[in-house]
Amino acid sequence: MTDLSTTLAGVKLNNPLVLASGVRGNNAGLLIRAAMEGAGAVTSKSCSLQPREGHPNPTMMQKGDFMLNAIGLSNPGVEDEIGEIKEAVAHAGVPVIASVYGGSAPDFEKTAEMIAQAKPAIIELDASCPNVHREGEMFSSSAQSASGLARAVKTRLKAQAKTASIPLFIKLAPNVPDIGQIALECQKAGADGITAINTMPAMWIDVRARKPVLANQYGGLSGPALLPIALRCVHAIRKKCSLPIIGGGGVNSGEDAAAMLMAGANAVSIGSAVYYRRNAFGEIRAELQEFMQEEGFARVSDIRLEE
Amino acid sequence: MKTSAKKTKEKKREARPEPRQMENAALESADALGFDASLLLRSSVSSSLPIRAKVVKKEEENDLVSLLTLDVQMPNAMPGQFVMAWRPGMDEKPMSVAEVKPSLQLAIARAGPCSERLADAKVGDTIYVRGPLGKPFWPVGRKWLMVGGGYGFAPLRYLARVGMENGIEVESVCGARNKGLLMRPGPGKNHVTTDDGSEGKKGNVMAVLQPLLSSQKFDCVYSCGPERMMKAVAEVCKKHGVKSQLSVERYMKCGIGVCGHCAMGGWLSCVDGPSIDGEEALANPAFGVYHTDRAGRKIKY
Repeated sequence: MTDLSTTLAGVKLNNPLVLASGVRGNNAGLLIRAAMEGAGAVTSKSCSLQPREGHPNPTMMQKGDFMLNAIGLSNPGVEDEIGEIKEAVAHAGVPVIASVYGGSAPDFEKTAEMIAQAKPAIIELDASCPNVHREGEMFSSSAQSASGLARAVKTRLKAQAKTASIPLFIKLAPNVPDIGQIALECQKAGADGITAINTMPAMWIDVRARKPVLANQYGGLSGPALLPIALRCVHAIRKKCSLPIIGGGGVNSGEDAAAMLMAGANAVSIGSAVYYRRNAFGEIRAELQEFMQEEGFARVSDIRLEE
Repeated sequence: MKTSAKKTKEKKREARPEPRQMENAALESADALGFDASLLLRSSVSSSLPIRAKVVKKEEENDLVSLLTLDVQMPNAMPGQFVMAWRPGMDEKPMSVAEVKPSLQLAIARAGPCSERLADAKVGDTIYVRGPLGKPFWPVGRKWLMVGGGYGFAPLRYLARVGMENGIEVESVCGARNKGLLMRPGPGKNHVTTDDGSEGKKGNVMAVLQPLLSSQKFDCVYSCGPERMMKAVAEVCKKHGVKSQLSVERYMKCGIGVCGHCAMGGWLSCVDGPSIDGEEALANPAFGVYHTDRAGRKIKY
């Protein structure tokens, strides 16, 4: 018998596949749908204090094993989002992770405090969206700013009994010199977990139009091409940091998920696979289970690199 | 793509109709209409990149709509599918496929700055299209009725042409606010309505639809147009025990089912739709009640 369950900072998941933020998570209906399709937990699209329209189209291009997006964090704002998260928490039947974004630490704090009213299982800080900052200005770009953000939000959540127990995860970007050190500093600052990675800053040019395809010029690369970068990042985080990790980036099959777990993740986020696979969660979950049976892994936590 | 592990546990999830049922319906539709069904399988889609297209013919179809013929062969773009149309420097917008013969045609209504710029393209100008995307209409029975409101008639005219070539009996109801906003008729018998009575029967499409449904037995009513009109069409069809299919759209960003912006509840208009069974639409609490803006805020109709 194989046991697919896993635990993230005390939150129990019936299987390790997590719907990644920014992918089909814009409302309660979509979050519930991902849970029905087989996700072990679902993450909402990042919400901010105020509504954001995001970037104009084109916001997406896709070619072979990769896609680029620059949606620009469009969201209806945290006040509307509270209702969606409440509904998802009530009906998804799996843990709901609420992702929040802010332009400043106080914005993050306020947004996290507000979304906490909806009682998500976990709050995730989107400290690494590549599409809303010029490069180098993301909160997760340095250990100092990432850990400062984690500390500020954690302190705010701990100030109230109702929100003190909600685990706080921080989502990190791959394009940094030492992602392990950033994760370690976040742990010291009080973060309860790490989500890694966000998309990789990238660009595509249409040579016939002689123009960048994305209206924002730059976007974030995801899809199977991102997997090796994500594995290296998660492995580097695991070497320095003992927090639970939601590892993701280009996971497109059960074996990809197993690789992510071997790199050191406790759960595996699924994003662009919803494009590449007809039923990403159901299929990848079945493949992971098959892999575990074939290789004799009884539990998800047994899936580790050979010592 | 099917996995061998079909456990009893999996059965529970299979109970949900979409999206696979829609996909299967689309495949059947492709077969029945003589298209290569394998091209519709998501797994065979290798890229979603813009294709350069030159405008080879331009017709002003009415006061609002330009019919652009492009030098792009997209023979597998089926009625009800769409392309994302783009002119560099402007937004990219979904446009339903109006015809594929002799080459790709788009009927572009001047609805906003982006579609205006697309509609203003002249013969020889370049635009870019990404697609075909989305689920097409699927065939039900041998006698169809098209009900189009305004420029929503464009994909139905294409569906009517394909249906008639496959021996389907087709009639069309084409409505508009006034004569200047009417689309050209489709093949087969056409009924015209205008709100102000400037052409055809005075009133909206319901003025013709109700008596038609009472006097004849249609196998399926296909409708595209303003959402509240489609809701009324689906309701009256349900009342008469007639199947209906609608084309429902929400503000679209990625167009390939990833970003989630075009959701109507848990239903994504870009990949689960735009084509949707009328009763499925009526069961969706957001249908005909609210849509969403660029930020994803709910906007009441």
